[in-house]
Amino acid sequence: MSALITHSTYLSMRSVKALVRQPLFLVITLIQPMIWLLLFGKLFESVVRIPGFGSGSGSFLEFLTPGVIAMTALFSAMWAGTVYIADMQRGVMARLLASPVRRGAMMNGTLAYQSLTSLVQTVIVLVVAVIAGARFDGGVVGVVVTLVSACLLTVICAALSNAIALMARQQEALIGISQFLSLPMTFLSSAIMDPSLAPGWIRTCARYNPLDWAVVASRETLLGSPDWSLVWPRLAALAGLAVVMAALATRTFGAYQRSV
Amino acid sequence: MSQYDVQADDLRKTYPTGRGKPPVHALDGLSFTVEPGTVYGLLGPNGAGKSTTVKILATLSRADSGTATVAGVSVSADPDAVRHRIGLVSQKPSSDPMATGRENLVLAARIQGLNRSDARDRAGWLLARFGIADAADRLVKTWSGGMARKLDVAIGLVHRPRVLFLDEPTTGLDPEARAELWAEIGRMTGEENLTVLLTTHYLDEADRLAHRLAIVDQGRVAVEGTPDRLKAELRGDVLHVELEDEAAALRASAAVESLAGLSAVLRDGSSVRARSEAGARVVPAVFACLSERGIPVVSATVARPSLDDVYLRYAGRSFASTDAPEAVAS
Repeated sequence: MSALITHSTYLSMRSVKALVRQPLFLVITLIQPMIWLLLFGKLFESVVRIPGFGSGSGSFLEFLTPGVIAMTALFSAMWAGTVYIADMQRGVMARLLASPVRRGAMMNGTLAYQSLTSLVQTVIVLVVAVIAGARFDGGVVGVVVTLVSACLLTVICAALSNAIALMARQQEALIGISQFLSLPMTFLSSAIMDPSLAPGWIRTCARYNPLDWAVVASRETLLGSPDWSLVWPRLAALAGLAVVMAALATRTFGAYQRSV
Repeated sequence: MSQYDVQADDLRKTYPTGRGKPPVHALDGLSFTVEPGTVYGLLGPNGAGKSTTVKILATLSRADSGTATVAGVSVSADPDAVRHRIGLVSQKPSSDPMATGRENLVLAARIQGLNRSDARDRAGWLLARFGIADAADRLVKTWSGGMARKLDVAIGLVHRPRVLFLDEPTTGLDPEARAELWAEIGRMTGEENLTVLLTTHYLDEADRLAHRLAIVDQGRVAVEGTPDRLKAELRGDVLHVELEDEAAALRASAAVESLAGLSAVLRDGSSVRARSEAGARVVPAVFACLSERGIPVVSATVARPSLDDVYLRYAGRSFASTDAPEAVAS
C-alpha cells in the first residue's frame, strides 16, 4: 500500500515538473474558459431576465462561473490520456510496465496531477470572475465545494481519457472520442443555461450527467443559501463514480498489454 | 531454481489479424537458455519473433503456451518478482524527454526501491560511466540520439538488475554512436556481472557482443551456438558471384553446381553463393564454366563466412533479401 502511494507521488511529480517547465501550457488551457466566461457572460447577459431563469437574482456571470469551471475541468481532463499515448509511442510505458510500479500507481499518478491542475485552473477562473464583477455569497464553503467537485469531475474524465488512450493507443482516436463526448456533456447540462427553461429530455439527461452534478453542487453553494439536499447526493455520486472510473481505467492496462 | 538466467521453453504466441485473415504465429515453439553472466543474442529479421520473445520474458506480454523463467522465476506465475530482477531497454527511446537525464535516472531508481541518496549516487555513477554527465542536468529532449540511447541503457541498469533486455539497442544510431554504445555495453556486462539478452538484426552487432546466439526465423530458433562455432560450421571460404539478373543467376547456379571443389550452392536473387574448401583457386574454374555458357559475371568475391552466410544457410534466405529464394543444392 505504501509503495502504491509513494509510486503515485513519484509519477505525479514527474508531470508537475514537466508542467512547471512549460507554464505556457497551463495558460493555453485557460484561454478557452476565459472566452466562455467573459464573452458568453456578456453575450447572454440578458437571459437572466427571462421569466423563470435561475432563482431570479444575480447576474448571468455569476450563474455561468460554476458552469465554466466544470467545463474547464472536463476539457482539460479529457486530454489526460495524451500523456499515456506519448509514453506508449516512446518506450516509457513499456519500461514502467516491466518495472515493479503498480498499475494503480500509474493511474493515480496522472489523476493526482490532473486534479492539481484542475485546482489551479478553478482558482484562476474564480478570481477572474470576481474581477469581472461576479459576487459569490457562498463564501469559503462555496469555494471548497467548487474545488472538490471540479477535482472529482477531473478524476472521472481523466480516468475515462486514460482508459480510452490504453484501448485506442492513437492520439487521433483519443482526441476524436474526447471531442465527441465533451460537447454533448456540456450542453446536456445546466452549465450555461437554466434547464428549467429547456425541454424535459435535456433535464432528464442532465440528471445523469456528471458534469451537471459538479455544476449544480458548485452553483448551489457558491451563490449562497444552498439547498444541501441537491448538493450532497451529487457530491456523493461524483465521488463514487470517480472511484469506479479510476478502478475500471486501471483494469484497461490489461487490455493494453494483451495488444502488445 | 534454474541454472540458467533465462530459460524459454516451447514458447508460442499467436496474434489475431482480423476477420477472414489467418492469425500470425509470432512464436512457434521457441526455446533457448542463457547462462548467467553471458550476453545472448537473438538474431533475425524484422518479424522473426525477437521482440515478442523479449516482451514475454519482460512480463509485458503472455505466451499462449510454453514456459519461461527469468533469474529463476517463472514469468507467468510471479511477474512482480521478475520485474525486480530485470531491466528493459525497448526498441524505442524510453526516457522522459521533458525531464533531465539525472531526473530520469533518479525516478527509475526510486521506483525500483532505492532510497533517495542511493538513487542519486547510482544516477551520478552511471552518468559518469556512460560519458553523459556533462548533459545530465539538461532536458533529454535536447540530447542527441546516441546520448539518449546511452541514457536508456543506464536507466535499464539503475537498479543493478540480474538480467538486462536490450531490444535492438543501436537501431537508428550513426556508426560512431553504435561503436561507443557497443563498447559501453561490453564493459558494463563485464563489470556488473550481468546477464544480457540482446536482440538485433545487425549481424556485426551480434558478432561483436554476443557470447552465444540463436538465429530466429519465423518464430523458432533455426540454429544456436557461439558466433565462432556457427561460422566454423561453414567450412572453407564463401564464394559470392553477382550476375546480371535472376534468370542469369538461375542458369549460373545450375551450371556451377557440378563443379568440383564447390558445395552448398545457393541462389539468392541475382547472386549465387557457394562454399569452397579451396578458396580462391576455384574462382578461375567458375569463370571458365560461366563464360563457356555465355553468362556474364558482374562481380565475384571470396571471403571467410560471415554470420550472413550462417543465416542464409539456416534460414534459407539472406538478411538483405525480402523475397524468398530457393536453395539449389546443398
